[in-house]
Amino acid sequence: MTTTATVRPDESGSLTTSELAAVRADFPLLERTVRGGQPLVYLDSAATSQKPQVVLDTEVDFYEQRNAAVHRGAHFLAEEATETFEQARAAVAAFVGADEGEIVWQPGATAAINVVAYAFSNATLGRGGEAAAPFRLAPGDEIVVTEAEHHANLVPWQELCARTGAVLRWIPVGDDGRLDLTDLDTIVTERTRVLAFGHVSNVTGAVAPVDTLVAAARRVGALTVLDACQSVPNLPVDLHELGVDFAAFSGHKMLGPTGVGALYGRRELLEAMPPTLTGGSMVEVVTMESTTYAPPPQRFEAGTQMVAQAVGMGCAAQYLGELGMEGVLRHEQELAAEMLKIADIPGVRVIGPLDTANRLAVVSFVVDGVHAHDVGQVLDDKGIAVRVGHHCAQPLHRRFGVAATARASASVYTTVEEVAAFREALAGVRAFFGAE
Amino acid sequence: MSTLEQMYQQVILDHAKHPVGRGLVDAAPGQGHLAGESHQVNPTCGDEVTLRVDVTPDGAVAGVSWDGQGCSISQASVSVMATLVEGASLDEVARLDGLFHDLMSSRGKGLDDDDAEDALGDATVFTGVSQYPARIKCALLGWAALKDSLARSGALATS
Repeated sequence: MTTTATVRPDESGSLTTSELAAVRADFPLLERTVRGGQPLVYLDSAATSQKPQVVLDTEVDFYEQRNAAVHRGAHFLAEEATETFEQARAAVAAFVGADEGEIVWQPGATAAINVVAYAFSNATLGRGGEAAAPFRLAPGDEIVVTEAEHHANLVPWQELCARTGAVLRWIPVGDDGRLDLTDLDTIVTERTRVLAFGHVSNVTGAVAPVDTLVAAARRVGALTVLDACQSVPNLPVDLHELGVDFAAFSGHKMLGPTGVGALYGRRELLEAMPPTLTGGSMVEVVTMESTTYAPPPQRFEAGTQMVAQAVGMGCAAQYLGELGMEGVLRHEQELAAEMLKIADIPGVRVIGPLDTANRLAVVSFVVDGVHAHDVGQVLDDKGIAVRVGHHCAQPLHRRFGVAATARASASVYTTVEEVAAFREALAGVRAFFGAE
Repeated sequence: MSTLEQMYQQVILDHAKHPVGRGLVDAAPGQGHLAGESHQVNPTCGDEVTLRVDVTPDGAVAGVSWDGQGCSISQASVSVMATLVEGASLDEVARLDGLFHDLMSSRGKGLDDDDAEDALGDATVFTGVSQYPARIKCALLGWAALKDSLARSGALATS
């Protein structure tokens, strides 16, 4: 299996023009034309990224050459499929600075966060024995999230609170779109059991101060859960170095397939955590009366896994790793600066930080007098794909007094020229609708 | 005319800017009238409309008032609908609702039926919207609110 990225960014700089051209050539979909033969300008990578040929080939190769049930059966093909599957886990683990046994395959980041939330639920019901004590909630316990969360890192915690009687609290967002940590010490307290937060907001692009939040959680003995969906594809992430207890990220946002994501958990926590989904493959001994469970990660991988997708996600991790995430980050920041120039267009207001420090190329905005859907439609008419709506972050939109925004977001294959085309089209939107 | 201009016809832009029936009317319905209210949300984009309908004792729409926020298509569609159903019998409203849904399923081709298009009047400008599957629900939001508010008023049960 070959997973070699064709280019390496310069150690000191962002991707050069020729490097970027080589990257783009890896993505067949970017060749597409849309809306009457116009070149596609894909600025919706925060929703889902495009996939390089090598990821597509790897997934097909698995089905064509290696497909068999993993972790069961002793025939040649089963061994090879299992090895390929586990190599992919190792690739993802290495990419995010984790040990192999700390990466659990999940259908996506949403599922991954729910596994942790339901572990708390099950432990509170007494499952998992003494070992599961870190997950057992008592009256008065609090779960802390932030006002910037994607619904995937908010609703599972609301539900956990509803099931257990724990209380949900949150860190507010300031006018600049960054977390307002003024009252951090009164929000994260001895009562806090979980602090769940996004690494990078999928609306504002702001990078959360992970060090500060992890330190606050550790001071009070709370567990941290990091939604790393927007960070893993776009900046170097070392989960051991970040010191979080759990993290979730999806394959399809990091150049990999849909239907697969990963849950990271510190080894001793995964070992102590009761399972959520139960059934085949996650057991040790099953009798008619009761069952003992496999050690992690298998304990959290009930049923037949999304093997081909997992192998594809492993390939995507290698592709990004070989490209070099330092260079990818510099490319992102260059694009963020180009995107933020839209703030100079009359009537355009950016929701989120206007400086490029600690923010990525995810830029949400509103246009005075023109609804986000209508903005998106005019851009789409030029072949420019942006996201419109609340981006699964209704509370954050409510915080800024808007129901919907339009959002442009970049990935490793996005060019400065594409962002310029976006700015030019955006500048014409208000005139089209006759907005004063 | 580009497909974008077909979608955003001047009538739509005008209705979006100067909507008809906007502003919920609080007045109690007249003697023997029935009233109903419905709140509809498009959860994918956050567009919303609250609509009140006032039905006369002989089963006609006495008035529609509404409030809402959303894209120009959703807001203009409620506005055009409000002009269209004012004074119409409930049977006519049901027919218009059916015709408008047919129009929205026409993938830009329209209804190919002069009587039907005459009945829909200004609402035929939404033909262009039906070329964009993601926007059809925007145009239908107000119609869903009207249907639901009529059901809630009890008028459909008695007509």
